[in-house]
Amino acid sequence: MKHNLILRLIAKYLFPVIALFAFYVQFHGDYGPGGGFQAGVILSVAFIFYTLVFGLKTTEEILPPYVLRILASTGVLIYAGTGVVTMLMGGNFLDYDLLSPKPAAGQHLGILVIELGVGITVSSVMLMIFYAFAGRGRS
Amino acid sequence: MIDTLIDITLLAFLTITAVAIIRMRNLFVIIMLFSLFSLHSAGLFVVMDAADVAFTEAAVGAGISTVLMLGTLALTKNHEEKRPSHHARLPMVVVLVTGGALIYGTYDIPSFGDPASPAQTHVAPHYIEHSMEDTSAPNIVTAVLASYRGYDTLGEVTVIFTAGIGVMLLIGGHLMRRFRQKDDR
Repeated sequence: MKHNLILRLIAKYLFPVIALFAFYVQFHGDYGPGGGFQAGVILSVAFIFYTLVFGLKTTEEILPPYVLRILASTGVLIYAGTGVVTMLMGGNFLDYDLLSPKPAAGQHLGILVIELGVGITVSSVMLMIFYAFAGRGRS
Repeated sequence: MIDTLIDITLLAFLTITAVAIIRMRNLFVIIMLFSLFSLHSAGLFVVMDAADVAFTEAAVGAGISTVLMLGTLALTKNHEEKRPSHHARLPMVVVLVTGGALIYGTYDIPSFGDPASPAQTHVAPHYIEHSMEDTSAPNIVTAVLASYRGYDTLGEVTVIFTAGIGVMLLIGGHLMRRFRQKDDR
């Protein structure tokens, strides 16, 4: 799609909007509908949209596949790591009450952190699968 | 009243889409209809006030899975082989009997939103009354998902991670190969 000037321009401006919406859904998940899963999917959709217009090669230069592999495992690690941290602090696995002096604030922090882990894993796994399918035909 | 009307309309669209999916032979059209099916389900979830589920259905079902299926389609033919010549009588009987049993089973299910149903009287009241002071998250769905049922969500994330690993092992080899070539140069 080398010559579709309007499409390329709109894609460039839409990408940050979609990404911003993804972050809104991610960090606003405990107040409104949404959370890590939806935010991860929306963020990966932003990159997929970019790929559809600019090609897989351009996107792979911005976000190489090996980064995605690291990020996918980082998300799970953040989630499970939160549980391990609460265990080290003397509580049960994923007992967020201990993360802060005030239990409710600890819960808030814990939910935010594990949702972040969910979002990172979901978005990078979705993109990984998309890369695998989209890159398969050409090589 | 208006809810019932929307329900009937959306369910009618769902049925029409499902029948169209069965009758179509062009796989591209079928994928698009699948996306439409998910969008209608998302609409139904919104009518049932399940905003989080509707959000997930719209993003995952109508959005990303359509893209992934289109990506798969690009690797294969986009037309199904010619329809099977034999009549599928036995499967038809099995489907009818199973469907009839399921519909019969719905008569014992408590009606939608029944406050006396077991689902509403077990732990749901505790979540509704205490989730704000327990977790300080106004969205009860998030409180249940991330805090009360944290193990389950950890399991879900692990499932997605495992799915990613599986796809990479099956068809993701070229990604690694290409970057190794780049390193060699």
